Amino acid sequence: MEMTGLFFYLVSVLIAGGIYAVLCLALNVQWGMGGLFNAGIAGFFAVGAYASAIVTTAASDKHLGGFGLPIPLGLVAAMIVAGATGWIVAKICVRLKSDYLAMASVGIAEILRLVIVNESWLTNGSLGISGVPRPFGDLVQGRSADLVYLAVVWFCVLCVYILCQRLYVSPWGRTLRAIRDNEDSARAAGKDVDWFRVQTFVIGCAIMGLAGGLSAHYFKFLSPSATEPLLVTFLVWVMLMAGGSGNNRGAILGALAIWFIWSATEILTSRLPPEWITRSSYIRMLLVGLLLQFVLQKFRSGLMPEKSPKIRSD
Amino acid sequence: MIDFINLYLVPGLAIGSVYALGAVGISMIFGILRFAHFAHGDLMTIGGYGVLTAVWFIPAHPLLLLPFGIALAIVSALAVDRFFYKPLRQLPTIYTVIASFGVALIFRSLAQLFWSSGNQVFISGVRMPVVLFDTFRISELHMQVISLTVIIAVALHYFLTRSKLGRAMRAVSDEPDLAAVAGLDTERVVRWTWVIGASLAATAGVFAGMDTSMHPNLGWNLLLAMFAAAVLGGIGKPMGAIAGGFIIGIAEETVTYTWLSDEALISPSYKSAVAFFIMVALLLFRPQGLFKGRLL
Repeated sequence: MEMTGLFFYLVSVLIAGGIYAVLCLALNVQWGMGGLFNAGIAGFFAVGAYASAIVTTAASDKHLGGFGLPIPLGLVAAMIVAGATGWIVAKICVRLKSDYLAMASVGIAEILRLVIVNESWLTNGSLGISGVPRPFGDLVQGRSADLVYLAVVWFCVLCVYILCQRLYVSPWGRTLRAIRDNEDSARAAGKDVDWFRVQTFVIGCAIMGLAGGLSAHYFKFLSPSATEPLLVTFLVWVMLMAGGSGNNRGAILGALAIWFIWSATEILTSRLPPEWITRSSYIRMLLVGLLLQFVLQKFRSGLMPEKSPKIRSD
Repeated sequence: MIDFINLYLVPGLAIGSVYALGAVGISMIFGILRFAHFAHGDLMTIGGYGVLTAVWFIPAHPLLLLPFGIALAIVSALAVDRFFYKPLRQLPTIYTVIASFGVALIFRSLAQLFWSSGNQVFISGVRMPVVLFDTFRISELHMQVISLTVIIAVALHYFLTRSKLGRAMRAVSDEPDLAAVAGLDTERVVRWTWVIGASLAATAGVFAGMDTSMHPNLGWNLLLAMFAAAVLGGIGKPMGAIAGGFIIGIAEETVTYTWLSDEALISPSYKSAVAFFIMVALLLFRPQGLFKGRLL
């Protein structure tokens, strides 16, 4: 019994780790390839989660729709809505220089949160949306459903990885890195810098939306307080920095490594005396904050540093 | 009209004072160290908790115990600069921005660890507002906050324009290379930037905590408005940041007034979005701010 419990705990860690891997790949497109600072990851994640939930749940008078559509459509909707939100944001903010974009992205996350909390016709406000379906939910029940979902999540990770890898080695990705490393020379070479940045931001946001959709179908319920937005954003940043920004495999590795550390410390701290358990999550947050400082100072290129693909001369 | 002053304008000035004091630090750090300090809000939180702890032990008015919060904030800021920001000085500043984002979380988790994550108040009990001329009903705290902020602003102005150190700070902010060539000790200027920024942040944190209550997210929630105020005033212009803080505070409060109809112009639940739109509009159309600040 102990072993199966541990096994399914591992499964749940891997599911969440997969969702983080998708987020991390998305941030890698924006920051690792495009050099765009986004501190509003949780906002786009939430937009995707709500979009997918609204599209796939049964009709309800508590929130918009409940359109009862199949889950793949929900995930597509998550990407479209999050991507469209990202497009609006990018149209306004992408011309801003790095630090300003960082400040603006905090505001965007805050506004998205305000919309989710206040527009209860759309999202049922702070009560949230329940009864979000799981893929193959009719076929498998109970714990083995987690196994099925694990496969679904990691299938998505694989798809996103292949997409990101294609983007990275393509001429488009090369232009992007040129812009990241030297904006002026890229501009001088005739590249439309702003347009490339808009595309990058939108693609990243769409993938973040996908991650949001995946988490909605995993937890089957979502409300504004279901995740701590700043913690999600922050963890993803630490993951990408530790894994190696600019490297897609590094992004996945970083997501898994940090998420394993985060989950393992949860097991350790659950053995603490009760009055310390509530505080243990703050200690973990503190340690992750310190880990980021360590990575930034001593370990900047991450576990798997970026390697530029060879230039083919055919 | 009286309602407008009592319920919108004065609270706007009070919250504007908090933004102003926070924005001065952000603007100076941006001007001298050249990065957006994401942990500034949480530095305010730390300062606020410093005073809260002092209140538990010393039975005095929280504003008299401000030095305890200021000391704690200064020590925290200098330590963080020494250990987390200084090693990254030679890199592109965006790395320091990421580091400060992490420091924000470190500050916050420390606050949660030492002072619990709930709401705590400085003084319990209901305080009646002071009635002036039978019409204006203004809370005592708001009067203290606004007048103290004005005093601090005047003092800061004289410090920056008259004292040697203040002039050195403006020199480093305006022309860093020239200042270094002229033999100014840049590291000393950096240290004093943190001392002043942290002192004002702690003061603002106590004001904000007394106005509502102390909680670990207090400072982070104010960060966006303070960035907006710093941009509005022009980066590297402390006096501009003060003006920007007041403008943002008044704008946030007065947009919820019934300007056009009986409905609030903008629903109060969206008022924190006002700062964001002011900031983005400014960055796009007048990035130097109202007072000719520096461009990145």
